[in-house]
Amino acid sequence: MTTKKPTVAVYKFSSCDGCQLSILNMEDDLLDLADAIDIAYFLEATRAQKPGPYDIAIVEGSITTPHEIERIKEVRATAKTVVALGTCATAGGIQALRNFANAEEFARVVYGHPEYLHYLETATPLSEHIPVDLELWGCPVNKAQVIEVIVALLNNRLPNLPPYSVCLECKRRGTICVLVDKGIPCIGPATQAGCGAICPTIGRGCYGCFGPARDVNPGAMATMLRQLERYPGETARLFRGISGYAPTFRTIVDDILPANEEAQ
Amino acid sequence: MPNERIPDMGSTITIEKPVFNLLLSRLKEEGYLPIGPRVKNETLVYDEIESIDDLPQGYSTKQKPGNFRLVHEKHSRFFDIIPGAQSWKQFLFPSHTELFAMRKNGKSWEISSQPMEPPKYAFIGVRACELAAIQIQDGIFMREDFTDPHYRARRIHAFVISVNCTQPAGTCFCTSMGTGPRVKEEFDVNLTELDDVFVLTIGSEVARRLLAGIPFDDASGYILSNVERKLEHAEHQMTRKLDSSDLPNLIIDHLDHPYWLEIGKRCLSCTNCTQVCPTCFCWDTQDEMSLDGKTTRRNRLWDSCFNPGYSHQAGGNTRPTIYSRYRQWLSHKLGTWKEQFGTLGCVGCGRCITWCPAEIDITEEIAALRNEVNR
Repeated sequence: MTTKKPTVAVYKFSSCDGCQLSILNMEDDLLDLADAIDIAYFLEATRAQKPGPYDIAIVEGSITTPHEIERIKEVRATAKTVVALGTCATAGGIQALRNFANAEEFARVVYGHPEYLHYLETATPLSEHIPVDLELWGCPVNKAQVIEVIVALLNNRLPNLPPYSVCLECKRRGTICVLVDKGIPCIGPATQAGCGAICPTIGRGCYGCFGPARDVNPGAMATMLRQLERYPGETARLFRGISGYAPTFRTIVDDILPANEEAQ
Repeated sequence: MPNERIPDMGSTITIEKPVFNLLLSRLKEEGYLPIGPRVKNETLVYDEIESIDDLPQGYSTKQKPGNFRLVHEKHSRFFDIIPGAQSWKQFLFPSHTELFAMRKNGKSWEISSQPMEPPKYAFIGVRACELAAIQIQDGIFMREDFTDPHYRARRIHAFVISVNCTQPAGTCFCTSMGTGPRVKEEFDVNLTELDDVFVLTIGSEVARRLLAGIPFDDASGYILSNVERKLEHAEHQMTRKLDSSDLPNLIIDHLDHPYWLEIGKRCLSCTNCTQVCPTCFCWDTQDEMSLDGKTTRRNRLWDSCFNPGYSHQAGGNTRPTIYSRYRQWLSHKLGTWKEQFGTLGCVGCGRCITWCPAEIDITEEIAALRNEVNR
């Protein structure tokens, strides 16, 4: 990789394109990025395409259709390194809420002719279908983390991606804890850092879009948050959001749902 | 009475409250950056202070485990608040410091560092516990055998206006740790707020010089007894206790006690206690490399023993469980710290109690561990 620029392909699966836009939104770093890598396939950015195989595949979106299962396998087969980009790719994203409900019912409500749809019952992360080398969480991803991953791959080292909670980022920024100071429900203590604690810094609770931190204490999180609930079932709703299908967050909700009956 | 006298070293004087602005102006003329408690975004922070009007006049704080509230009450005092999550640590040991930068030059690297020109701070409203915490960090960062240049550059010129606490918060236990509520030493000016005047004790020659020509009165016997009464009242108000008589052995001798597992069930491992602790000093160094691979910056960031990555090393994580991380924190803070630095690492400020979302209370945990051990 040191002599020749690595070829990079950026793919979209079921997603809103926001994470791809985060790459395009790198402003000052974009020209350096174009110098450092060979963008071989990135339809959101350019029509020009170079054939694979590629050194790095950056994949946005979750797997929601039978066709996508086939496509993601092709991506894996033609790339040395696969990076899952954003919480759709790492945990299924917001569309994975259907995993807790009836997808057919959703389709009937949303679409005039659901019979034309070919979809799976569940929206799932890439890792349920292929081996993934690196996961970048976030809705959308943090562009500094995208750069860190690319720099790490260019230099054959592990990227520096924090396993700790958002709390540490709040404290580094001087943000005062919204849980303790205002009684605002916040799932930052269970959420992986990386966003820069943007929500607590503007006075609102974290809703977990960066997915679970490593070694979350599900029982203690639920106990703490349920004391702060502003309406019944709020805790379950907080965890059942963008990263709701992430196994740790599923565990937390499963533990509290029997007591709350239903919280969609 | 206005006069041209210079207060004596060690003397106690009174000033009218608006006169405090003169002291602030003098500090600024001398190149100091005054920092003090301020209300910002409806909460309490430490930030720049332009005039006495920036201080949280009329505010108080209510603190209990996992709960902090800033309340506006109908009094006119400026220093009734008890500090919040922030501490002076963020100025002396900032959460993010660039240590040096490297630039590729042919086959070698050129190392350069930013000139160390931190502001000359004037800390306004440093509590006795906070002063004790600063002294503990001095002992960590400015040792005889090694001095951290970044800390030192920020610390040596700092001017300290300490404040005696007259209204402890619900999570305070400084009397147990022998640090407060009364400020005893290591200040430039020590302030006690009475309803109508500030009572100042002069602790340094720099302070004498700054106060020269500022209108003051010598503190009368009545004033001094008034101060004394308020401090005694504060001491009596502090009901929270941490019995440190059997520390550090209580912890060091019972590292395998099952009670640690009990705490681990409640701990979120979120890092909050360590980040708000004014003596916790763990950091991580991270390299930030440019996309072209030609420059890299080495940064120092606040870290925490509750970070699962903190104890991750070749071969795995030496503290893979939440309880083992809590035990590590407490057995350092109230245990091995003594052997390492000569004192316990706790000053009794209560921040780790107030700012723990899971309401874990260090004073109660120590008492509970003692009960379990002695059963």
